[in-house]
Amino acid sequence: MMEKLLGLPINASAHGVQIDRLILWVHVLMLVLFVGWIAFFIYTIARFRRGRNPKADYTGVKTHASSYLEAVIAVLEIVLLVGISIPFWSWKVSAFPTEPDTVRIRVIAQQFAWNIQYPGPDGVFGRTDIKLVNEQTNPIGLDRSDPHGKDDITTVNQLHIPVNRPIIIELTTKDVIHSFFLPVMRVKQDTIPGMIIPVHFVATQTSDQLREQLATTIQFPTTKSLDGKVAMQDYAGKDGSVIAKKGRAISTDTINKLVENGITKISVGPRYSAEIACAQLCGLGHYRMKGFLTIHEQADYDKWLKEQLEELEQ
Amino acid sequence: MDQAAVNYHGVPQTHAETHDHELSFWRKYIFSTDHKIIGIQYGLTSLCFLFFGFCLVMMMRWQLAYPGQALPWPWLTKLLGDARMPGGVMAPEFYNQLGAMHGTIMVFLGVVPLAVGAFGNYLVPLQIGAQDMAFPKLNMTSYWVYFLGGLIMLGSFFVPGGSAQSGWTSYSPLANITVPGNSLETALLSGQTIWLIGMVFLITSSLLGSINTITTIIQLRAKGLTWMRLPFFVWAQLVTGFLLVLAFPPLEAAGVMQLMDRVAGTSFFLPSGLVVSGKELLVSGGGSALLWQHLFWFLAHPEVYVLILPAMGIVAEVIANNTRKPLWGYKSLVYSVVFLGFMSFIVWAHHMFLTGMGTAINAFFQTTTMIISIPSIIILTALILSLWGGSIRFTVPMLFALAFLPMFGIGGLTGLPLGLATADIHLHDTYYVIGHFHYVVAPGTLFALFAGIYFWFPKVTGRQMNDTLGRIHFWGSFIFINGIFMPMFIQGMAGVSRRLYDGGTTYLHAEHVLTLNKVMTHSAYALAVVQFVFIGNFFWSIWRGRKPKDNPWDSTTLEWATPTPPPHGNFPAGPPQVHRGPYEYSVPGYEKDFIPQHLSDDEAKKKDKEKP
Amino acid sequence: MSAAIEIPYNVEERPDTGLYNAKLGIWLFLASEVMLFGALFSTYVLLRTGAEHWEHGAEFLSIPMATVNTAVLIASSVTMVMSWISLKMKNLARFRGFMGATILCGLAFLVIKIFEYKAKFDHGYLPSTSTFMAIYFTMTGLHGLHVIGGMIVNGYLWGPGAKMWVTEPQRFTNRIEVAGLYWHFVDLVWIFLFPTLYLLPGK
Ligand code: HEA
Ligand code: HEA
Ligand code: CUA
Ligand SMILES: [Cu+2]
Repeated sequence: MMEKLLGLPINASAHGVQIDRLILWVHVLMLVLFVGWIAFFIYTIARFRRGRNPKADYTGVKTHASSYLEAVIAVLEIVLLVGISIPFWSWKVSAFPTEPDTVRIRVIAQQFAWNIQYPGPDGVFGRTDIKLVNEQTNPIGLDRSDPHGKDDITTVNQLHIPVNRPIIIELTTKDVIHSFFLPVMRVKQDTIPGMIIPVHFVATQTSDQLREQLATTIQFPTTKSLDGKVAMQDYAGKDGSVIAKKGRAISTDTINKLVENGITKISVGPRYSAEIACAQLCGLGHYRMKGFLTIHEQADYDKWLKEQLEELEQ
Repeated sequence: MDQAAVNYHGVPQTHAETHDHELSFWRKYIFSTDHKIIGIQYGLTSLCFLFFGFCLVMMMRWQLAYPGQALPWPWLTKLLGDARMPGGVMAPEFYNQLGAMHGTIMVFLGVVPLAVGAFGNYLVPLQIGAQDMAFPKLNMTSYWVYFLGGLIMLGSFFVPGGSAQSGWTSYSPLANITVPGNSLETALLSGQTIWLIGMVFLITSSLLGSINTITTIIQLRAKGLTWMRLPFFVWAQLVTGFLLVLAFPPLEAAGVMQLMDRVAGTSFFLPSGLVVSGKELLVSGGGSALLWQHLFWFLAHPEVYVLILPAMGIVAEVIANNTRKPLWGYKSLVYSVVFLGFMSFIVWAHHMFLTGMGTAINAFFQTTTMIISIPSIIILTALILSLWGGSIRFTVPMLFALAFLPMFGIGGLTGLPLGLATADIHLHDTYYVIGHFHYVVAPGTLFALFAGIYFWFPKVTGRQMNDTLGRIHFWGSFIFINGIFMPMFIQGMAGVSRRLYDGGTTYLHAEHVLTLNKVMTHSAYALAVVQFVFIGNFFWSIWRGRKPKDNPWDSTTLEWATPTPPPHGNFPAGPPQVHRGPYEYSVPGYEKDFIPQHLSDDEAKKKDKEKP
Repeated sequence: MSAAIEIPYNVEERPDTGLYNAKLGIWLFLASEVMLFGALFSTYVLLRTGAEHWEHGAEFLSIPMATVNTAVLIASSVTMVMSWISLKMKNLARFRGFMGATILCGLAFLVIKIFEYKAKFDHGYLPSTSTFMAIYFTMTGLHGLHVIGGMIVNGYLWGPGAKMWVTEPQRFTNRIEVAGLYWHFVDLVWIFLFPTLYLLPGK
């Protein structure tokens, strides 16, 4: 609700409500002030235009009501500050989850990609060393000879997390400053060279749930691009065979077939319903430094981890 | 006092005039030490830079609305060359260059020199009844150092690799490693290095200029011009001067250090263990990337108030004059502006909320940021309340000044969510921030500067600007500038990052707000068209404008007590004596609705009886 | 030319502020200088606290040379004051002597500094060697530039600038006072630099 009103992205995190609420309240305050001021302003310039009021009044406003108004604004600002903003920040930087099921992930930014490191079954991150960095095969310089490093899973631009479990992401960068931005998680944190900065959150919706909400109906023929879009359900032809499969991309061929079979309206959603954005200018590729966030049900997450491990073994 | 008075009146008035004729063209117009000529030089130069900065952003706006499509102006593509525009399409590096230089030019070469260099130089001595600035030669030096700094900045477009491209903020390590030199020569001849050298010039110029302004205001006020009789504009310039004197040197220090990093291979801003493009960066390390940000924002936050305070000063003058009544709450205006200046030194880290701060520091900077919004609110409230009871003349300068109020209101109010760190998590580095500050600097400061130009144009040139064209300029600008900046809030809320070469096309969360890019771009082009009305009016009026009387707006402050335009030495009848406050409009008991500051009660009474 | 305009309070003090223009101007300038060197000293503190290892300056910087330099600068501040007093006593020749001594002290300081720099370079200590060396060269280099600037001004006042003594003796005396304030500041900066860079132990 709040998100819609303000035009924010969908919120899929537990703490995001508080951020949204603060954004909402401060905008309500701003709006009330602005409307009040502008009403007074327009009334005043209309009433005291030269044509209507040829002689100005030397003193003008005689009351000091405005001082009270200013005091009230100050108090409201303090309320937002002390009531929401400061406590939230304290939660953000010091109340890190300690539950045993907390997922720990490391993100190492670089020009222009997000390297992601999972500690693997042993739960401990392997050692990294810049001497081992190889742009193609080992971008983070992971030491596979370190016992803890053997089982570490690394990906580029693909961040997978389970839903409803506390997550801690340790952020750092190999080169310049980037900013790790998960719009739907209301997470944004600069990555600073020479520093490791952790953030924590809990996802409350899976990627599939997000996709449902982002789904739109497309009417053929369409000028809209279907790049990166997938069908939201199976669409079968007259003979009963499936033309467009749920979760699959839709090619021009598919569209033609659909139209032939009299289906002119389909529901599509984004293949990746959540993204990692880079929010800090980091060079000429800043604009394309995009990663993907996939939020799984626990079982799917475990499956994904297993697949990764198997791949690692080969 | 006596000795001073003798000295003052000891200046024979004809003396100045006879000397005037002995000056060569060069001394009179180019290497002049007259604050008015220098003010005009600042004004014309900075207007050209403003226009240039606007041209840069218009190229960017094309790319934002139509990413990957060739610019529609083939001649321009040809001019820019293949390196910048491969196949007619803007290269990402070039987009970043344009962005960094747009910010730099608008702030350091456009608005500040116009607001402080031009308006401050021209008006402050006149408004305080002085014959010139305290240090005329230094004044000339500041202008020429500024001019050189500007040329250096422009020159940076032409070196290999192009100009600076790491944002106007030049964050390290990006600014250190972008187009680095393998040798001293290439390091020196690279855009970022030249940017730093240019900044050192601009900083030096600003320092000299503001020392001059402060000294002038403190030392050269006319007799009887007490602190509480100063026009608000002069107060604004005084506080601005202090901001510049105290905030710029740390950036100069930072600039020197980044220069050392680039040229001498030091690591002030480079921590150990960086890997750039797969190769370990071979430097001694041990530096701090955040150090640059602290030093930069320690300047740059006060700097944004440097952008706004003179604007507020101009608006105050224009409002008092066109409501025909004194400003409401003059004293609270003065105290607020001084408090604002002081506070602006302790809010800088609100630009750095997401760099990993702890709760205590974060709470401190959030709180100071909330506190600093209060004096702005007091100032704006006083200005709005000043309208009440007035007899408002909707002249062109007044239109711009009135529009300033709600526009600054939008810009200022949107500063509040940014100042609350928790809300800033989502909004930081999105178009919301771009929207916030453009509302304060473009329909805010720029409108105030337009108001000032229309208002003092007759004083400077002895000609009036055309009224109808002025109105067209106002309404056109007002509509289109909102068309540019309002949609930015929507994009920002949706999470679209700033400084994106493709305007967010890559991102899913930007998909539904991408069409706004076209709205903004076309508004920007329409705004540009309207500016030609202004430029035409400006030059046409210099030569062809109607000749006004000496005090065309029936104003009270001292600059109107001189002939129009003022001669060398400003006050041919000797420095004025001030008898009253700056805004004695519609004083009860008088026929005329204004009493100039320099008239004694007797003179005022006598003048009042005269038939117009 | 500006000569046509007589800017007030160039010579005498403005009664309500108690300052003549140039004196206020130089105080403002020095305020900005405090901010400049303040930023550099803050950098020192910040980088030092963040570092794991920090050199002890005494191990490779020459304390004797720096001590001599400190003495030289302090002496130059004294001669600077003497030159001003000489003008107050209306003695131009004595002024020339003391001012000359000030300039020579500045020169001596620079020569010693150059020897120091050269020794560093010869041992391979460059600004890029370590954060400590970076700060050392940047701060002393900037300070050296300030010394050179001061010498140029002093040289002008010693030579061609002294013509003003005949036409406007009071104004000339003011100029010396202002130049003196600047020179003392440069001296003071060194007095902070010396212990910070040479004496403070490493870690
Ligand atoms: C002139 C310039 C100017 C001014 C005046 C301001 C004013 C303010 N700014 Fe802004 N700011 C910038 C220029 C300016 N700013 C720039 C350039 C940046 C970005 C730099 C970059 O990253 O590149 C920035 C960024 C910026 C940030 C960092 C955002 C981020 O990067 O995440 C923050 C955060 O706190 C902030 C806060 C504020 C606040 C609280 C004010 C307050 O002072 C505002 C107080 C004012 C009010 C509250 C308005 C009151 C109005 C009325 C009473 C009038 C109403 C009238 C009618 C309706 C008729 N600003
Ligand atoms: C004072 C500061 C100032 C001003 C006035 C402006 C004015 C404008 N700015 Fe800019 N802008 C910045 C400071 C400013 N900007 C900064 C600091 C940044 C951040 C850069 C960075 O990311 O590092 C930025 C970034 C920025 C962006 C974001 C780019 C990105 O993130 O990728 C955009 C996008 O649209 C933009 C647009 C505009 C537009 C359309 C105007 C228009 O309002 C322009 C209107 C201009 C005029 C109306 C000119 C009038 C002049 C004349 C008419 C001359 C007359 C001449 C004579 C008479 C001789 N600006
Ligand atoms: Cu990484 Cu922008
Ligand atoms: Cu700020």
